[in-house]
Amino acid sequence: MNHGQEAQRTWNGRTVRLYHLPNTLSGKLWAWRYLILRRVTQFSVLLLFFATAHWAWVVAGQPLISGNLSASSLLGVIPLADPFAVLQILFSRHLLATEVLIGAAIVLVSYALVGGRVFCSWVCPVNPVTDLAGWLRNRFDLANALHLNRNLRYYMVALVLVLSLVAGLAAFEWVSPIAMLHREIIFGIGMGLIGVAGIFLFDLMVVRHGWCGHLCPLGAFYALVGKAAQVRIRFDETTCTRCGECIRVCPEPQVLNLNQAARLGRVASGECTNCGRCVPICPEDSLSFDLRPLINRHNQRSAETSARRI
Amino acid sequence: MATGAGKGRRAFLIRLAQGASLAAAAGLVWTYVLRNQARATPFALRPPGARDEDEFNALCIKCGQCVNACPYDTLRLATAWEPRPIGSPYFLPRENPCLMCPDIPCREACPTGALGREMERIEDARMGLAVIDTENCLSWQGLRCEVCYLACPVRGKAISTERRLAPDGGYVQMVPWVHSEHCTGCGVCENRCPTEEASIRVVEARLVQGRMGAHYRLRGAEPGGVMVFDPPASPDAGRPSTEPTVPGLDALNLGDLP
Repeated sequence: MNHGQEAQRTWNGRTVRLYHLPNTLSGKLWAWRYLILRRVTQFSVLLLFFATAHWAWVVAGQPLISGNLSASSLLGVIPLADPFAVLQILFSRHLLATEVLIGAAIVLVSYALVGGRVFCSWVCPVNPVTDLAGWLRNRFDLANALHLNRNLRYYMVALVLVLSLVAGLAAFEWVSPIAMLHREIIFGIGMGLIGVAGIFLFDLMVVRHGWCGHLCPLGAFYALVGKAAQVRIRFDETTCTRCGECIRVCPEPQVLNLNQAARLGRVASGECTNCGRCVPICPEDSLSFDLRPLINRHNQRSAETSARRI
Repeated sequence: MATGAGKGRRAFLIRLAQGASLAAAAGLVWTYVLRNQARATPFALRPPGARDEDEFNALCIKCGQCVNACPYDTLRLATAWEPRPIGSPYFLPRENPCLMCPDIPCREACPTGALGREMERIEDARMGLAVIDTENCLSWQGLRCEVCYLACPVRGKAISTERRLAPDGGYVQMVPWVHSEHCTGCGVCENRCPTEEASIRVVEARLVQGRMGAHYRLRGAEPGGVMVFDPPASPDAGRPSTEPTVPGLDALNLGDLP
């Protein structure tokens, strides 16, 4: 197979093909399906909060979703709350009402099940901004001006909790550019957009994926929560040619540890945001969304078949 | 080997110290920003039922459900760089006062308890305290106004009008007084005040209210009794004198003349 016109790379006897964006519009839309879905979800979340606040959207006589991402009330009965914000308030040595504690528990359990950082790539309003910065960075081929350790964000979580304890105030909530952006979109624009502008410049000019991938304590918190995630990227070792296209597009490339993924049959790290960039770009369709129990069953079956073959 | 291990330990300790210093430096700046933000509170009037400053700032999760629940669009959330703690609810009475809904929907919407459940009636709310600038108050300057008295939702209790003899004598003024034991700080008075800049304003009570101290004995106060505010209002005090007035002399002093 390898004596073609050009010397092609091979891996495990398989020809390494690279990804090509389809020429047709439908092909492009299909290739961008998760990107489009993510933008729709992000926009819808904002729209629902905004419409409830300004256009009084109601369902069954109840406000649809009142509040914002920090805390809200769905249909007037189901409380929802940002578990990291609630944790900070508890660290500030103050007792909270039951309602917000239940809300935080609901959100925490939901994100723990679907993969904590689903928040980051499907809900967080900062994500489109940092994605834009990352896209521009690729367009203009800008190099990093600074090296940051990706584990810095976990130290940020620790720092936020210690400061909440010392200052008696929820340390991140008072300066969070995420909360500022989201709040000011819904309740009135102010200087909170400055924080997002800062993140944009930082991501564009200083560090690639600087905020979401290195500093944001909320993302780090959800990465810790997401260890139990049931929705995961399944990895099919038998078709992968190690072309590296997935790692090139992934905003958290360290999660695509393919040797570990081959062993487990899935991307394991909680830092994976389930954004789905890697799925359509894989030329061999080796990566796909799947549920953890199904992946385990799939692994078992393929292990049995290969054992039988031997 | 030993030196290598020693070097490793030394390098580790240095890195530990560097990391700790970085965290401490960042933490100090961060804490400064936090405390600075929280200190802006005296200029913010909170929704009814709000707990005292420190507790409110800690408990409020900045979700805006109180803002959504307010039927009169009175409440708003502070944006960044406003002279108010970021993201927290407040209202500006001159633009839109609290209309004191009896079912207190903003407090009911609060999920964290920053707006406390203890308060039973909206009349028990203490959002602030109205204070009067007597130098610019129309009533205190001798015109008939009393708009604040008439607009006050705690009618006749939070603001009363008292008769007073004009300082230059000869006629009676009706001047407004605020009574802190009844004023909820709703700000309707400030909203309705007809002067160009409001001459009655609601501010956080602790900015203007003193405390006498329990050791003072007041004239007229019985031991164990309560001092009641009782403005002087003798029936004749305000009536124009029928006596010929002496220029330059206070009408009240007429009887003292030889």
